[in-house]
Amino acid sequence: MSDVPYMPQMPATSDHVGATVEHEKAGLLGWVATVDHKRIGILYLLTSLVFFGAGGIEALLMRIQLARPNNSFLSPGAYNQIFTMHGTTMIFLVAMPALTGMANYLVPLMIGAKDVAFPRLNAFSFWLLAFGGLFLYFSFIAGGAPAAGWFSYAPLSEQPYSSTTGVDYYAIGLFVLGMGSIAAAINLIVTIAGFRAVGLTIRRLPLFVWMVMVTQVLILLALPALNASLSMLLIDRLMNGHFFVTDSGGSALLWQHFFWAFGHPEVYIVVLPAFGMISEVIPVFSRKVIYGYEFVAASTVAIAVLSFLVWAHHMFAVGLGHSIDVVFAVGSMLIAVPTGVKIFNWIATMWGGSIRFTTSMLFATGFLVMFTIGGLSGISFAAFPIDWQVTDTYYLVAHLHYVLFGGTVFAIFAGVYYWFPKISGRMLSERLGKIHFWLMLVGFNMTFMVQHFMGLIGMPRRVFTYPDLPGWAALNMTSTIGAVIMGIAVAIFLWNLIVSFVTGEPAGNNPWDAWTLEWSTTSPPPAHNFDLLPPIRSRRPLWDLAHPEDPDWKHGH
Amino acid sequence: MQTDPSLLRDSVLAQPISHLFLLVGIVMAAILLLVTVLVLYVSFRYRSDGVSVMPQQEFGRTSLEILWTVGPVLILVFIFAATIHAMKESDPGFAANQQPDLVIVAHQWWWEARYVKSGVIAANEIHLPVGKRLFVRLESADVIHDWWVPQLGRKMDAVPGHPNFLWLEADSPGFYSGTCAEYCGAEHAWMRIGVIAEGEPTFEHWAQHQLEVPSQLPTGSDAAQGAQLFQQFTCGNCHTIGGTSFRGKIGPDLTHIGSRLTLAAGRFQNTPANLAHWLTDPQAVKPDSHMPNFQLSDAQVRQLTAYLETLQ
Repeated sequence: MSDVPYMPQMPATSDHVGATVEHEKAGLLGWVATVDHKRIGILYLLTSLVFFGAGGIEALLMRIQLARPNNSFLSPGAYNQIFTMHGTTMIFLVAMPALTGMANYLVPLMIGAKDVAFPRLNAFSFWLLAFGGLFLYFSFIAGGAPAAGWFSYAPLSEQPYSSTTGVDYYAIGLFVLGMGSIAAAINLIVTIAGFRAVGLTIRRLPLFVWMVMVTQVLILLALPALNASLSMLLIDRLMNGHFFVTDSGGSALLWQHFFWAFGHPEVYIVVLPAFGMISEVIPVFSRKVIYGYEFVAASTVAIAVLSFLVWAHHMFAVGLGHSIDVVFAVGSMLIAVPTGVKIFNWIATMWGGSIRFTTSMLFATGFLVMFTIGGLSGISFAAFPIDWQVTDTYYLVAHLHYVLFGGTVFAIFAGVYYWFPKISGRMLSERLGKIHFWLMLVGFNMTFMVQHFMGLIGMPRRVFTYPDLPGWAALNMTSTIGAVIMGIAVAIFLWNLIVSFVTGEPAGNNPWDAWTLEWSTTSPPPAHNFDLLPPIRSRRPLWDLAHPEDPDWKHGH
Repeated sequence: MQTDPSLLRDSVLAQPISHLFLLVGIVMAAILLLVTVLVLYVSFRYRSDGVSVMPQQEFGRTSLEILWTVGPVLILVFIFAATIHAMKESDPGFAANQQPDLVIVAHQWWWEARYVKSGVIAANEIHLPVGKRLFVRLESADVIHDWWVPQLGRKMDAVPGHPNFLWLEADSPGFYSGTCAEYCGAEHAWMRIGVIAEGEPTFEHWAQHQLEVPSQLPTGSDAAQGAQLFQQFTCGNCHTIGGTSFRGKIGPDLTHIGSRLTLAAGRFQNTPANLAHWLTDPQAVKPDSHMPNFQLSDAQVRQLTAYLETLQ
């Protein structure tokens, strides 16, 4: 293979790709009509940010209501709508769009492609998200938001017990979002499978792309299960069906099996791409190649396979019998093994490095410990007699937030600080970033660490208020104060985004001295992404370019 | 009634779970400590000093990968064995044809308890004889609920169309506080459980008393007027009062409401003032509950309260 730079390989079908990127319109219409993966990626990220604001305000309202026992700030009806919308929003309108947006923006750049495989389908996926999200939120002014929980357990979600249109908005809204996710998954899979630059073999793919790829397979297999069950729920509600209506012979447990057949893979759908971002950030700021690349990639596949075999661990308390509990406990415990492999490989990457603690790296380091806490409390649920006590209590609320906030959201923050310079051409303020990180770390632990103890002393989740039992008031007040601190941290983050977008230091092509392809082009990249690509003979083409004396490919990587 | 339902003080069926939690907790804490120490160590030890010397590039070592794969597997095997042990101890099996001693039916948003042999019917407060293991059938009248009294052991969902079974035993007398632990709609928060464990004689005395029907009321008294109102406002469509023609099954049996500790499933203490408050505007006390506001006058509230207070 020669060392002469060459153009990215374009597939035979790429004519329309080239045509579209050259005809980008200016102004607002340019954004509405865009089929450029970078613009669509930014639209995803902004949509996620807007709904993060909505979901965050919902969380603060809940914490205000729960600050004191027997509080009457919110009525039970309002509280139940708000906690339902908080969960639904954070999963479907924040975590998924943020990760899909990151993937949309970065995957073509990381694999040296001009765009995704199907740019128009890509735009369609985004607009399904935007309108699905608006549709869901429209329920607030159309007679009440859904109030049956994000999991919408039957028969509570059925007509006799949820007689407003909230659950219908929930079902149709999520159905639309699900279609968008499935279309985006197909697009990304085809892009990664078929649009990689010459030399970028599967074994040389950046780990973020690897994990996005695995995640899209999960989406493709899991989301149809959700959409099918939502259709059945709608048939029950609007056409007097009987799938989940127990009074007329339906099964309440059937919904739970269907929902968690989607719901558990969903956890990994919003965690694996976060793992991918961590796997990019830690090596670059440790100045070392990722430790155990094959093991980090293979453990992702292991997690993906196992994620389809553990759904009933959400149902240990429904009375499925000991033998079923045991089977699902084994699968759930096994997931800890590949997850642990990742944690140890990330730490090994830092070991012996020369670590630059930028805000991005701080969030990645925080992620390592916060996610470990969530993972370990997860094992206590797999030891299911413990689940029989603590499921559906605040102990579980604490667990899931350590996984999804301490894990996913911390990783997204690490990713935003890392890639914002590429996307905007400007650096985020490190000073504001560090305030953001430390406030977030303190606020997050203050909010959720104490919730473990609330659960252990008997506080159930999804309650709009609670009696003044010993210790409950103090723990809840602590949690609420922590939530306010988190709110301030998010406000600083937003301020940082705005200020740095306008006045941030110019980033240049490669401000972090990173090694993957997206850093070889300008910041922001041109519409067609690359004029020239470096030769790709290893996982770190830019390392090879900068270190001709010791390129990775000489080590066989 | 305001007793701390902490998992840390526990009864015979809850103990194996507490022990398992302690064991798993110690293992988890040790792993967390290891990871935290490692992260802090590398963070301080390998922090860049600003001089950009590229560190040695290490691509990985299979022996280490095997170590941190096999190590966790061994720990999990150990936890799994402890899990199986705790499962058997905390949730003992039962014969296929085992008849329940107690049937508990969950409703939006209160609990009904039927003692099969004696025929006693209670609501929200469940009395148990200390040291006797009762076999419970758990049902739901509407949506999914969950029986959870932390100090007495595992929680179990009450699923409509899918009866569940569990054992219930308290090994010392006292009041055990619990709650519905599956989201069941508007008033999920006020679906609390009280379990009152007492010595066998006290329990038998309570059960005997529960089977008694109310005595005749002196005519012309407030209570007698209240009984009239109870009929007039069709309260009996939803509520049962033993020894009368009121046989409703929607709401709690009121035959002995005066002897209960709380009203509206733990919402507040059972005092005449609270009862009057509840009758005056149930939707203010427990919004969206199925008890309607009958727009009673103050006199009517007084008379109804007087009547219900006689139902000791």
